[in-house]
Amino acid sequence: MLSLTLTGLKLKNPLMLAAGIMGTTCGSLKRIAERGAGAVVTKSIGLEPKGGHSNPSMVEVDCGYLNAMGLPNPSYKNFQGEIDIAKESRVPVIASIFGGCSLDFAEIAGALRADAFELNVSCPHAHGFGAEIGTDPELVEDITRTVKRAADVPVWVKLTPNVTNIKDIGLAAESGGADAVVAINTVRGMAIDIESGYPVLGNKFGGLSGRAIKPVAIKCVYDLYEALDIPVIGVGGISDYRDVIEFMMAGAQAVEIGSAVGNNINIFNDISSCMESFMEEKEWTLEDIHGMAHRE
Amino acid sequence: MRPINAVITKIVDETPTIRTFYFDTSFELIPGQFVMVWIRGVDEIPMALSRENAITVQKVGPATSALFELEECHSVGIRGPFGNGFDIKNGRILLVAGGVGSAPLAPLAEKAGASGLKVTTLLGAKTKDELLFRERFEAVGDVRIATDDGSDGTHGYVTQLLDDAKKYSQIYCCGPEIMMKKVLDNVTPSKAQFSLHRYIKCGLGICGACCVDGLRVCKDGPVFSGDVLKKTEFGVYRRNECGERVRV
Repeated sequence: MLSLTLTGLKLKNPLMLAAGIMGTTCGSLKRIAERGAGAVVTKSIGLEPKGGHSNPSMVEVDCGYLNAMGLPNPSYKNFQGEIDIAKESRVPVIASIFGGCSLDFAEIAGALRADAFELNVSCPHAHGFGAEIGTDPELVEDITRTVKRAADVPVWVKLTPNVTNIKDIGLAAESGGADAVVAINTVRGMAIDIESGYPVLGNKFGGLSGRAIKPVAIKCVYDLYEALDIPVIGVGGISDYRDVIEFMMAGAQAVEIGSAVGNNINIFNDISSCMESFMEEKEWTLEDIHGMAHRE
Repeated sequence: MRPINAVITKIVDETPTIRTFYFDTSFELIPGQFVMVWIRGVDEIPMALSRENAITVQKVGPATSALFELEECHSVGIRGPFGNGFDIKNGRILLVAGGVGSAPLAPLAEKAGASGLKVTTLLGAKTKDELLFRERFEAVGDVRIATDDGSDGTHGYVTQLLDDAKKYSQIYCCGPEIMMKKVLDNVTPSKAQFSLHRYIKCGLGICGACCVDGLRVCKDGPVFSGDVLKKTEFGVYRRNECGERVRV
């Protein structure tokens, strides 16, 4: 009862692994896929191998986590094998990719074979990449259009909430030909060690994820659902089935789950069984709850 | 948790390359668990707790070198303890320690000894001066030594002393991966536990950077049973900080 078709991809449920979580190695992607995820999104992959920021790269804060990993990745030139092995788990594998300009994105999308691409134009802490691009509607439209030309699979665009109006960026992605938008990436944040005055993250600042950002994400999804014709994929602070239902009522057709995987590697199985019971009891289908919060 | 402030109260030179840093803070510790040690302004690195209030560190790179610059009364930030730790089984147990791999095994030896278990240790190092925590192991049972240069005990590797491994109900191993792989290949896998070292980023089981075939060293480990490791890339590949496969 949870199966759906999302931008042409058949998913057994609407619960996907978010980018940046357990996504660098085929073994970890497979492990999540085998534990109930409807699809998995890889770590963001770029042109060249990158080691990322120095540690601490992720710390727990009140109601969530702050991270500044710094886009560590082995480069697309060393990544096809990971995707191919991950695909043995028989769920769609979506490649998250990043670059500094549309040509970078196109080079990667033209070379990697995946079931879809998720464009990371929203990482809040990598100089020259991510949100430095994703806050500019013209760049987002240009990158999306270029990738659409280079790739023959669905293209999703992951949006940053660190903008005045996320609808403008969503509309830009849609004009560029995006098949879906994903909202949200992390919310810019920082923590300082009061014993020493040092910012806690090696990169000094980073992005906030986890429970704290869920209301922010729900509002972004709600707004994007109203503004766009393409599907919205919700992400940000999901840790149980109630969160998923809430995202779908706000307008998400599917969701991605990230930080909560740390404390529950079986979260996809857990949520899908709870969701099924809830929807059976309510006698609702996925179509019923999709965008329910928008009814007059 | 955010990093807590831990003040260094004492520094002990254990060997020419290995130092123990004692803190003003104690941790409730299962031997084998680790902490993330933040040398402010430099880096944060995973380190096994060698006592409930101490880490024992070998100088190997920029972060450990920066740690070696610190003095008593200086402080570091600490998150943890993280990970599962060793599962202490009853019976006659064997510890196999190579180099700084003695760090998580010494508190295990003491805990097992205190609960009345018979503990035998195979202790190896490059040379006599680098044998770590010999007295701590000797205090709870027999110790057999191997050194690469023959300056003490058997001339060669500690794995050469494994001849009677079958006598033991459980084997606990920590050291260079090549050595641990050799131990894994020469004992009954289900009767051995190994403490792994990987490049750890988040320490929270989220990012996946430390994965060994999908197993998170920071959260599912760092201690794994041999039968689990048998099916993995352990001893063959590791991942570098970019996530690229690198031969061990």
